[in-house]
Amino acid sequence: MTTPSTPPTPQAPYQQAAPQQAYHQPQGFYTSPIPVRPATLGDAIASEWTKIRSVRSTMWTLGVMTALLLVIGVLTAVAVSASDSNMNGTPVLSLGFFGVLLGTICVITLGVMTIASEYGTGMIRTTLTACPSRGRVLGAKALVFFLLTFVLTTVMTTLVALIQSSMLDADSPSGAEWLRATVGVSLYVATLGLLALAVGALIRHSAGAITIMIGVVLLPLVLALFMFASSLEGLRDALLEYSVPNQLSVFYDNSVSTSGPSGWEPLWIIIGVTAVALGGAYLSMNRRDV
Amino acid sequence: MIEAVGLTKRYGAKTAVYNLSFQVRPGAVTGFLGPNGSGKSTTMRMILGLDRPTSGRVTIGGHDFRSLPNAPRQVGALLDAKAVHGGRSARNHLLSLAQLAGIPEARVDEVLGVVGLQDVARKRSKGFSLGMGQRLGIAAALLGDPQVLLFDEPVNGLDPEGILWVRNLMRMLASEGRTVFVSSHLMSEMALTADHLIVIGRGQLMADMSVKDFISANSADFARVRVPDETPEQREKLTTTLTEAGGQVMPEPDGALRVTGLALPRISDLAHESDVRLWELSPHQASLEEAYMRMTQGAVDYRSTADQRAHLQQQQPYAGYGQQPGYAPPPQQPVPDVPQQGWYAPPPPGQNPYAAAPAPTAPAQAPTPAPDAPAPAPTAPAATPADLTKRDTSEDPR
Repeated sequence: MTTPSTPPTPQAPYQQAAPQQAYHQPQGFYTSPIPVRPATLGDAIASEWTKIRSVRSTMWTLGVMTALLLVIGVLTAVAVSASDSNMNGTPVLSLGFFGVLLGTICVITLGVMTIASEYGTGMIRTTLTACPSRGRVLGAKALVFFLLTFVLTTVMTTLVALIQSSMLDADSPSGAEWLRATVGVSLYVATLGLLALAVGALIRHSAGAITIMIGVVLLPLVLALFMFASSLEGLRDALLEYSVPNQLSVFYDNSVSTSGPSGWEPLWIIIGVTAVALGGAYLSMNRRDV
Repeated sequence: MIEAVGLTKRYGAKTAVYNLSFQVRPGAVTGFLGPNGSGKSTTMRMILGLDRPTSGRVTIGGHDFRSLPNAPRQVGALLDAKAVHGGRSARNHLLSLAQLAGIPEARVDEVLGVVGLQDVARKRSKGFSLGMGQRLGIAAALLGDPQVLLFDEPVNGLDPEGILWVRNLMRMLASEGRTVFVSSHLMSEMALTADHLIVIGRGQLMADMSVKDFISANSADFARVRVPDETPEQREKLTTTLTEAGGQVMPEPDGALRVTGLALPRISDLAHESDVRLWELSPHQASLEEAYMRMTQGAVDYRSTADQRAHLQQQQPYAGYGQQPGYAPPPQQPVPDVPQQGWYAPPPPGQNPYAAAPAPTAPAQAPTPAPDAPAPAPTAPAATPADLTKRDTSEDPR
């Protein structure tokens, strides 16, 4: 504990021990002229920020997500206005849903890559040698990734919603609706990405973790579509209501059913699941050999 | 100071490291030797907290690696040159590691200069050669100006200039009072670099001693005795005398005698008493390589055998390799013959006085002293035709 911070003290015991040592002895014990201070979470966050911005996968996934949100958002608005159909009470903000749903795939990919690419390349050994605290590495990664995706998704969903509402002549949504369709959706998507990051840390393999996460997003919906038997009706409804696409549409007041989660509930659900997964990822990182 | 106590690591049924205890002291380069798969890397990873020991513990300066407050400032490690994200530039890679320990950005450019990568600092490390990757790994290890340095096979893939540089770097780091722990399978390299050796085989400690002790403990020193070449009967006489005095005498291929079990003055006295002239009486120490092979021969897991190519050839009775029973892999030899210090290897012409000396066995034709005569002879004619052809070719275009 005191070894690095107090340069003169560690020298003494070594000089005393010197005569017992059989081979070539130096004058003392090296201490760096630059004082050593304990590393903090802030250092780890700075490092993770450098890492995430210096690889191409970040640019690609976030670039594709931005493009998807923008292009699909504008195209749906153009299509709706061209078809001249009135909105039938469908909230105008819900047009952003399709872009966000596709964008989640990019966020999931980035979330997995943030940690699994380190395992794939062996970089994790360098990282954990430079920062032996697994919790700090995982925390910094999660924080940097979450903030990056949250900020970007919020900016993009807001931009797309503004474009759509200006292009279409519909009832102007309330402030609460605006908040859920932008900040709410972005929090949900970024937390889903965090879940992907936790799965990436557990699986340690990019392709495997991405496949699992895409399964988590799409499989409940697909399974529900094939459950025709009436005895499975309860399960089918649950799968439908709690599937990620439906939870996402809840933020737009556009859910397929009325009984499932509503309002901000999907966010609490995904936060709970992600917290459990991150806890598991931390335990696994701490326990497993790298 | 690295201290391991009863370190054991099992992967399932396989025990990679068993009950390993050693100390690595500051101020010296400690070499860590062992055959492939003997547990060197596993031990290194346990020191760095990457693998958890099944039992036992290893500390750095009295602390568990994982509890160090700022690991890169205290321990620098090169584990694996390829443990980088290939899509990131060398500079960004080092920058992220520097930030992790609160090291200022200017230090990154400094270490890039130290390892000579400043020109490719902004290139993605995917395109780096193995040697460049090693340099990048060494830069990462030096980043925090740490007291303890661990290098796993640092000279792999380096060019001769790089090997020399690493060798001097290790020695310099140790002379500053740092703890330097280097694993390698290059014995010749360790002989030049290390002060102290820790040798493991099959995950267990085989030796923990200074290089000098290691060599003398594991191989017999010997004296090389040479009598004038034109007097083989003197050689016989000396062999008999030395054997009677209790020495073991083995003839060497070039006519010298290899004597063990007798001190040099004693050999000289015996030769003098039996009236034998000596051309050479020199002490020799077996190389580290030979000592190492002698020690680890029982602990080699992966042993190569001769490639018989039996399944490549068509079934031909009594044809091809089948005729030579000697082609089969030889039974385990006690010590592989390692060429050492020009003992077996044919010396290059004109450079080795010993090689020049036997040449004029009937030295009547050579008027000049033997070592000088052959040396200028081959070079001079070689130079002249070369010059002539050069002149010819240069004149042709005119």
